[in-house]
Amino acid sequence: MKKTLSALLAAALLSSPAAAQDPILIGVIGSLTGAEATYGLSTRHGVELAIEELNSKGGLKGRMFAAKVYDDQGKPEEAATATTRLVSQDKVAIVLGEVASSRSLAMAPIAEANKVPMITPSSTNPRVTKDGGKVRQWVFRVCFIDPFQGTVMAKWARESLKLERVAILRDVGNDYSMGLSDFFTAKFKELGGTILADESYKAGDQDFKAQLTSLKGKKPQAIYTPGYYTDVALIARQARELNMNMPLLGGDGWDSSKLYEIGGSALDGYYFSNHYSTDDPSPAIQNFIKTYKAKYKETPDALAALAYDAMLITADAMGRATAPTGEPLRKAIAATKGFKGVTGVITLDADHNAVKPAVILKITGKKPGYAGTIKP
Amino acid sequence: MSEFLQHIVNGVSVGTNYALIALGYTMVYGVLKLINFAHGDVYMVGAFAGYFIAHAIGVAAEGYEPSLFNTALVFVGSMGVCALLGYLIERLAYRPLRDRPRLTSLITAIGISFLLEYGFQLPAWAGLPIEFPPGPSPRFFPELFPRTVWLEVWDVAFSNYDVIALGTALALMLALQFIVYRTKFGVAMRAVSFDPNSAALMGIPVDRVISITFALGSALAGAAALLMAISHPRIDPLMGMMPGLKAFVAAVFGGIGSVPGAMVGGILLGLSEEMVAGYALSSFRDAIAFAILIGVLLVRPEGLFGRRTSEKV
Amino acid sequence: MRALRSLAPFLLGAPVFWLVQCYAPPTLAIVLLMAGVNVILAVSLNMVNGFTGQFSLGHAGFMAIGAYTTAKITLALGDPAGGVPPWLWSNGVFLLALLAGMGLSALMGLMVGVPSLRLRGDYLAIVTLGFNEIIRVLIENVRWLGGATGISGVPPYTTLVWVGLAALATVVTAQRLLCSTHGRAMLSVREDEVAAEAMGVDTVGYKVRAFALSAAFAGLGGGLLGHYILLVTPKSFTFVKSIEVVVMVVLGGMGSISGATLAAVLLTGALELMRGLDQYRMVMYSLLLVVLMLARPTGLFGTREIWEFWGAKKKKAAA
Repeated sequence: MKKTLSALLAAALLSSPAAAQDPILIGVIGSLTGAEATYGLSTRHGVELAIEELNSKGGLKGRMFAAKVYDDQGKPEEAATATTRLVSQDKVAIVLGEVASSRSLAMAPIAEANKVPMITPSSTNPRVTKDGGKVRQWVFRVCFIDPFQGTVMAKWARESLKLERVAILRDVGNDYSMGLSDFFTAKFKELGGTILADESYKAGDQDFKAQLTSLKGKKPQAIYTPGYYTDVALIARQARELNMNMPLLGGDGWDSSKLYEIGGSALDGYYFSNHYSTDDPSPAIQNFIKTYKAKYKETPDALAALAYDAMLITADAMGRATAPTGEPLRKAIAATKGFKGVTGVITLDADHNAVKPAVILKITGKKPGYAGTIKP
Repeated sequence: MSEFLQHIVNGVSVGTNYALIALGYTMVYGVLKLINFAHGDVYMVGAFAGYFIAHAIGVAAEGYEPSLFNTALVFVGSMGVCALLGYLIERLAYRPLRDRPRLTSLITAIGISFLLEYGFQLPAWAGLPIEFPPGPSPRFFPELFPRTVWLEVWDVAFSNYDVIALGTALALMLALQFIVYRTKFGVAMRAVSFDPNSAALMGIPVDRVISITFALGSALAGAAALLMAISHPRIDPLMGMMPGLKAFVAAVFGGIGSVPGAMVGGILLGLSEEMVAGYALSSFRDAIAFAILIGVLLVRPEGLFGRRTSEKV
Repeated sequence: MRALRSLAPFLLGAPVFWLVQCYAPPTLAIVLLMAGVNVILAVSLNMVNGFTGQFSLGHAGFMAIGAYTTAKITLALGDPAGGVPPWLWSNGVFLLALLAGMGLSALMGLMVGVPSLRLRGDYLAIVTLGFNEIIRVLIENVRWLGGATGISGVPPYTTLVWVGLAALATVVTAQRLLCSTHGRAMLSVREDEVAAEAMGVDTVGYKVRAFALSAAFAGLGGGLLGHYILLVTPKSFTFVKSIEVVVMVVLGGMGSISGATLAAVLLTGALELMRGLDQYRMVMYSLLLVVLMLARPTGLFGTREIWEFWGAKKKKAAA
């Protein structure tokens, strides 16, 4: 009794009622160390920027947001342990993460069992939200799934670029790259094209000329390379060094300022699918790019943008829910419809996947430019 | 034909890099019988040292005119940083454990390796003139001099990068061979390798010989890193992990402790990886290095150029 | 009576683990579970690295074999048949699957061990590391095993009781092995291979046996890990994982079972306690490794066991 009274008093005395309330804890899991640390870092930056902006606008009805970030070193078992710690010890309202599907797949069952909502900003494997034909009730995502993004590029290559013979160069250790390549292959063949060759590399390799040389011999009109920018930049350079003039095609893993910094003019004429175009004049996108650049001194990549959106959707759902945790929050997230995020207008479907159109970008002069939109 | 030739060129270029790193392994192993697990990370530090020096002298600036002096400055600086780092690692992490079972030094080696890898992934500290630690994102290594094609046969380009890398590697190997077999220091080195205790009794300053060996081997890693970074301008804190491991494979392949062995082993490894990735299954590329290693060791455990030693009782 | 004595640790352990599982806070329970898995890995690797003095760097490869085998079997036998109660079915299937995983890992251990154990020291280390990478690359390339993503939807069979009992089984096996003729022969290989050979010890044979046994328990650890994170993926079984296990063994003291156990528990706990340090955690971890090794080059206990220290003190006091 005394406690509540003093709490009330404190609330009355202080100008902001938020000070008397605990912040809403947002659990974030990412690979902050290890081979994929750069992606984990982008995710963290995206979430933290969103939280900062939300808090400066007064948080959730006066209650502030706070992030609790754990590193998983890029290991699935660490991601599982960290998730357990977030939900059982830190009692977070929601878990945001991971980038790689293999780690989100280790986290999802724990979120599900503990009835804590989880939004993965960038895990594209369909099994993250839907396992064995059953939708995971508590797990959502704000990115494309592999089947969609793979077919998008296949459609673009076949219908807009009128290509007939394409080769594939995939990252064999990366499920994202494997998934996109598989669905691209299926769709491209369905549309009457031919896949000439299917080569692979491993993330972190320095030299890709072996694969590129044998692809060159097959004379494809384009090469689909749905990897991450870290490798694609080098692949692009080495392709040019081998006098290969056909374009490379890719997915949202390409989207990073590092791609242009490392790849340079070798990237000219390449296409990739993405969530948004940096040219897009919409104030939400331009504002995001500006504040992100000011805070972290680099242009945001797709992973940062997706993490930013995941946090904004969380806040949006919390605003609509009767309580910012548990079942009401889960229902509110599931009901997300027409949310205007940086990465497009997001509606979550029955499988908890984001439905939004993909943008095709063409790189010219070290800059991506809008080339077309493909609707789901 | 042109495809085959291109594969040869690529394989030699990758192999050259393995060979240069393997030289460092082989020297340290020859003297101390220790797998210097941190060698791949010294290589990484070499690349970053080159990166920071190049930025400091304005290589990355707009309108930079390539000059031999600046290039040499970057090389010498980075090799110096690596030599110093190698010396420190030996002094602090290996020397105190030299009389202990070798496995203990292996664990400190792993510890140092982790320390460098994770240390370089930290966010930058405030108040330093350079952005250090560099963090996990890959960096673009500035262009010291542009790539030009010197010779083109059957649509296969021989660029200055490839030729310079191979030439430097060969020159360094010859220099090393000279040091080991023609100088007084080389005699001391071989004596320490043969039997450190007797060497000490003969008045050879064992500690100093080992320190210099470490510094030399590490400087070679620095040179290897720069040659790599010039042609593959992406550097990150984990870039030394796989090349380090594969270079060790190359050193064992050629016969660990042998200087020409490391060179040949490196180039053969590069070529075989290239052939497998180019003509067979590219997704098995990493497995191939090890499969070859296992094959060689089972047939000829001392490696291609190694000498068979009999166990003394 | 003898059977009862050898079963005693399990009969005593099971209720303790069950109580911890029921009443410990979830985070603690999970850290204990991970520590248990690490104990299995460290103690089993100790059979090769500690007992025979051979240096294996491929433990994670055998974990992978065990994990994939176990997961494939439990997934195939997911639904109870013939009116068996579900709890009995799931635990029975799990036991069967784990044993199969151990068997296959042991077989693989034999296949790797027979040719490579002729090599010594660093050569053996790099060859076992090579096998680890080869196994991982092969798995990554097999669609049936899920490729790079791995197998998801693995049933949640691993409990603290399972891990606790498995860890006990590993420790007891290692301890009994050490006291047996076989164990003595293995130690003789470690102390002086040439002398052992001269005394008529089949050195290669004992090395291979130790290797296969160690591989079997690595498979057990892998199987348990897979059914805890409900996902079996090649990313869990890189050579970095092997190195982590070696670190535990060397830190505990080569050949000391209690040392390996304690090091496994301490390192797991320390890493979890440092989780709040973000990126600095791994830096602290590596510093810890270097400093510990410099301060205690023989590991925590050397080749001795923890209880031998008490014995030594008593003897000193008596003298």
